[in-house]
Amino acid sequence: MRGLLLSSALLAASVSAFAEGLSGNMAVEGRAFTQGSVPPGRVDNEWSLSAQPRWQWVLGRDDELTLELFARIDEGLGRQHGDIRELRWLHVDGDNEWRIGIDSVFWGVTESRHLVDVINSVDRLEGLDGEDKLGQPMIHYSRLTEDGVLEVFLLPGFRAAHYADTDARLTPSIPVRESLARYESSQEDRHVDGALRYSASMGDHDFGVSVFRGTQREPLLQASMLNGQPVLIPFYPLMTQWGLEWQAILGEWTWKIEAIRRIRDDGRFTAATSGFEYTFYDLGASGIDVGWLLEYSSDQRPEAVFDDDWFTGVRLAFNDAQSSEILAGLLYDARRGSQSLRVEASRRLGDSWKLSLEAQSFNHVAAGDPLKTLARDDYIQLELAWYF
Amino acid sequence: MFSRLLMTLALLIPVVAQAGEAEDRGLEIARAADAYDQGFGDFQADMVMTLKDRRGRKTTRYIRIRTLEMPDDGDRSLSIFDEPADVKGTAMLTWSHGLKPDDQWLYLPALKRVKRINSRNKSGPFMGSEFAFEDLGSQEVEKYHYRFLREEPCDDSQCFVVERTPAYTYSGYTRQVVWIDKNGYRLRKVDYYDRKNAPLKTLTVSGYRQYLEHYWRPDRMEMVNHQNGKSTLLEWKNYRFRTGLSERDFRKQALKRLR
Repeated sequence: MRGLLLSSALLAASVSAFAEGLSGNMAVEGRAFTQGSVPPGRVDNEWSLSAQPRWQWVLGRDDELTLELFARIDEGLGRQHGDIRELRWLHVDGDNEWRIGIDSVFWGVTESRHLVDVINSVDRLEGLDGEDKLGQPMIHYSRLTEDGVLEVFLLPGFRAAHYADTDARLTPSIPVRESLARYESSQEDRHVDGALRYSASMGDHDFGVSVFRGTQREPLLQASMLNGQPVLIPFYPLMTQWGLEWQAILGEWTWKIEAIRRIRDDGRFTAATSGFEYTFYDLGASGIDVGWLLEYSSDQRPEAVFDDDWFTGVRLAFNDAQSSEILAGLLYDARRGSQSLRVEASRRLGDSWKLSLEAQSFNHVAAGDPLKTLARDDYIQLELAWYF
Repeated sequence: MFSRLLMTLALLIPVVAQAGEAEDRGLEIARAADAYDQGFGDFQADMVMTLKDRRGRKTTRYIRIRTLEMPDDGDRSLSIFDEPADVKGTAMLTWSHGLKPDDQWLYLPALKRVKRINSRNKSGPFMGSEFAFEDLGSQEVEKYHYRFLREEPCDDSQCFVVERTPAYTYSGYTRQVVWIDKNGYRLRKVDYYDRKNAPLKTLTVSGYRQYLEHYWRPDRMEMVNHQNGKSTLLEWKNYRFRTGLSERDFRKQALKRLR
């Protein structure tokens, strides 16, 4: 990993002289856990630094090259890592677009989870919400139509999930042996995956249908013994996933649905998230928008966390010069009674700085809940980022 | 009894006729202004937005604007944010449609996500400025009811003074009084009245230049908020007309490859 970091940094330095557009951010982050850990001895406070530079080279009217790197340095708790988030060539030929290289894509409409979003592996060391992703090698072809786009993906190379050390928080208390990972495919992590998607807008409606065939991005963790010690071994099954997403705007209401049908060796499973966002715009001519979100998730998969769960939240957008925002949400597991409260807030300082707060508490985590391992990992996190 | 009714009617008729006339004349001016600006095709420009708070502290945003004229619909426009740096690469696509709510999408580069946004947000501030979304949207004729008030001198010119009342829902205004000059149908000034009909903001437009020997575009638009003491200055630079933009550049998918 250090080798990757170093070579990335060297590559970046050597090419930056020709960069036409450099942007990105550097940030310092502090995280404090408010309860003693189980098992004891895991860290209570941690500091880290991160950098995410992005270069863009315009190669004539129809071509461009982009490079985006990410690196985090911590105090040695296993969150230290680097990644090439993007290194791709874009070629546009009328209604045809080609993206070749390492890239990431986003599919979906709901806020509390991202079910249909299946192309990239999640960067678990950066967060559990699925919004930080590892760069995925791909050949991505898009054919634009009047109202939408048909996309074809060929995905060589697989990005396995990384877990922090057991000294760290927000990770299983039993060590995950990534090096012993097993794959259903005999080609292991060299299986070439593929996907198709059509998405379009019609009036107030946006929808998408997709199908993916290949190695499941998130591993199933299988309990095992190694030298008399319990360990978890990642297993990556092959799957076919059909996905559906739909969103409609009706007055102040935004309605959303995401649903998947996932077909694996161990069964066929359906999962769905649906709900709405209702917004009071410019409340009392204050300029403040107040949004109310409600989403329900069901999931038949045996490893599912969101199997019968409600999410409700409030989004405040102050629309001030500092773009201040607060999102507070409560997750409630209707079957087990577990609850988790999460708050995200951010505010710009001056022209190039941004302060972000993130806090999450895990309340009443029921025995047998997959979240049990996080039950004592309530945390509050502050990040100060400089943008350039 | 009958004579009193007749007298009342006689008194009323000229008033009603006058009101109708004022409305017709107001609409006529709005239509003439709209007709004058038709046929520009497309344009691109750079916008520097300076926000000034009550104490005079300033912050600046850099935004690139691309607009495409649509023959049978409202204009389509793209706003690409270059600064502040934390929103660099963010872009907003708007398909405006007269009285029907606009279609609007926002591209969030950090997530590579194109998100549909609810265009019912008319009266809220744009980027923390004193401009509301409805002030910057495409000003289609059918968006307002008009009433001609008077003619009066304005700067170096003679102006029509017209009152317009939003015909669309969710507006933050009861009415606006607009000054439009007679020799180019150029907007010179707008007084905005809030939902309680109290004076809220004044927009002053200046530095007009003519492009393609016909179309007028301003260099400066200054919005002063009388209620909170803040102001926002928009400086327009680098106007380019008929740059070859097409509908393809204003599709939702195009948000992912803007430069």
